[in-house]
Amino acid sequence: MGQIEWAMWANEQALASGLILITGGIVATAGQFTQWYLGAYSIAAGVLICMLEYPRGKRSKGSTMERCGQKYLTKVVKLFGPLTRNYYIRAFLHLGLAVPAGFLLATILGTACLAIASGIYLLAAIRGEQWSPIEPKPKERPQIGGTIKQPPSNPPPRPPAEARKKPSEEEAAGVSPGGPKENPMPVTDEVV
Amino acid sequence: MLKKAAWLVLNVFLFVHAFLSFEKATKYYYTRQILGSALAWARASARCLNFNSMLILLPVCRNLLSFLRGTCSLYRSTLRKQLDHNLSFHKLVGYMICLHTAIHIIAHLFNLERYSRSRQATDGSLASILSNLPHQENDSWLNPIQSSNTTVVYVTFTSIAGLTGVIITMALVLMVTSAMEFIRRSYFEVFWYTHHIFIIYFIGLGIHGLGGIVRGQTEESMAENHPHMCAEFFEKWDDPASHCKPPQFEGLPAESWKWILAPGILYIFERILRFYRSQQKVVITKVVMHPSKVLELQMHKHGFSMEVGQYIFVNCPSISYLEWHPFTLTSAPEEDFFSIHIRAVGDWTENLIRTFEQQYSSVPRIQVDGPFGTVSEDVFQYEVAVLVGAGIGVTPFASILKSIWYKFQHADHNLETQKAGHAALNFDKANDILTGLKQKTFFGRPMWDNEFSTIATAHPKSAVGVFLCGPQTLAKSLSKCCHQYSSLDPRKVQFYFNKENF
Repeated sequence: MGQIEWAMWANEQALASGLILITGGIVATAGQFTQWYLGAYSIAAGVLICMLEYPRGKRSKGSTMERCGQKYLTKVVKLFGPLTRNYYIRAFLHLGLAVPAGFLLATILGTACLAIASGIYLLAAIRGEQWSPIEPKPKERPQIGGTIKQPPSNPPPRPPAEARKKPSEEEAAGVSPGGPKENPMPVTDEVV
Repeated sequence: MLKKAAWLVLNVFLFVHAFLSFEKATKYYYTRQILGSALAWARASARCLNFNSMLILLPVCRNLLSFLRGTCSLYRSTLRKQLDHNLSFHKLVGYMICLHTAIHIIAHLFNLERYSRSRQATDGSLASILSNLPHQENDSWLNPIQSSNTTVVYVTFTSIAGLTGVIITMALVLMVTSAMEFIRRSYFEVFWYTHHIFIIYFIGLGIHGLGGIVRGQTEESMAENHPHMCAEFFEKWDDPASHCKPPQFEGLPAESWKWILAPGILYIFERILRFYRSQQKVVITKVVMHPSKVLELQMHKHGFSMEVGQYIFVNCPSISYLEWHPFTLTSAPEEDFFSIHIRAVGDWTENLIRTFEQQYSSVPRIQVDGPFGTVSEDVFQYEVAVLVGAGIGVTPFASILKSIWYKFQHADHNLETQKAGHAALNFDKANDILTGLKQKTFFGRPMWDNEFSTIATAHPKSAVGVFLCGPQTLAKSLSKCCHQYSSLDPRKVQFYFNKENF
């Protein structure tokens, strides 16, 4: 299990727990259950957890799939520096947030799921993992014809057909045989 | 598509039928006085949960399904296609289970709250009279909450239904979070091991209804106290002179086991079958280490027969006794061996490649289960086939291309394909993993619009099948191009997009 980044699973689990807390909280509050104020608390805690967990951290190995629209929350989460980077803090934060919701039946499932997420984060922290933001890549200007790496091998003006050599098929080998030809005038790449 | 529509209709039917039954039946009249409609919502979702829990095991019985496919050669392509989309159906049923679990839990939260309130009520209403029916005689109580000093949390965790409910829901949540595509693709072991807690889910589900906590009036009681006649005179029930006796109740017997027993047995049978098949000896005839860390294994197994684009599950006991990992077959059926190409993507694959790299130690033992099918066979039905594979996604098409070559060699008349174009996208690798050439098979990312318009011009009257094994973003572009470049005239060029599901 050497390469598993537990934080990635902890993240999914915590996000799910946040949603479960919100749902349970809404049911208890809307239904005006006994101790419904704990439901109100759960909604708030759930929203906080979802906002913290929505931006997925960067994997240390391989590329990471961003969640849709996560870059806005990434900026916010990044602001807290070590508080959000460190997984020990996250583990204990989640555990702490989970406790009050454990006193209300409607949210107790959220508590249990969040406690498990906290445990997985603890495991991740012990293994030295930490959260790093996924930075947006600098925008590449789309180059028209950017995939054409070599100038045409036989540009006009061309000699008459008999003297003309057949251009080779580009499928079999990607390189035109014989190397780049001497061009009668200098060729420059124009980016439009 | 038809199968999914039928499944959806059945779900709706079962839900509505159960809902109306519990909402309208006289048997539950008194129960509804306390619980209201939450009873019907809980029971209807329970019915759907039973139905879907029954179904979810079936699509993953791949050996049994392969056997079915083999024997039902009558309905060849349609049945095959439906059985082959097993994984996506499994996921769909899984999501439906999640939805109904949510409905079921929310409904029961209301039920418990209402039972709790009416137990504590002292207003002498019908609900409170019903709640106070004694627990001692004949088990004929209605409200499962016995004391007015207890909390719903306590009641939940001390009842069979409550405790098993919480446990199996947590198992469900863990199964879902570890099965998210990102986790599954990046850390397969997490998914594989965690998903086995479905065993807890099924056992818990079977036990869940044993407490008989859903109560309805007994037949005999309805003769002495019919709700429509006696409900309004509830204050007089204890009066010996009145013709309305206090109602008696019985618990609904557990029914989940009836739904899940047969699939459970089938699944156990499937696992035994897998174990038996995996014990058949696999001989590794050739090991090739390709550049960019791709391992090719050529193997032989007695009785093994495959079709194009199928996949196998591989186990290597010296790395892990329990793990089975899926790989597409890269050999053609016409060859006298079967092969897989393995890329290092995680713990298990890295270990495997490292083990095979050590040339001085003996070749490790391999177990194989399969082959299992996909829809690749359709390739041969199109006059023109365009196969797009990204990265390791070229593997199923390797099998297809080789097979086409063999079929050409043997002048196979079933082969419709006249022309096959293969775009292998190798972005980062210095060498082409399939041909081994230093130069990539294709130079740069194809501009799909150009490709499609060229093909449309070259084959103005053909049906062109476009097959992809690669990432979702690529699927979107290709699918869009297929729509764009298909002619409005059905006699002219038509592009059909097929995505491989791995």
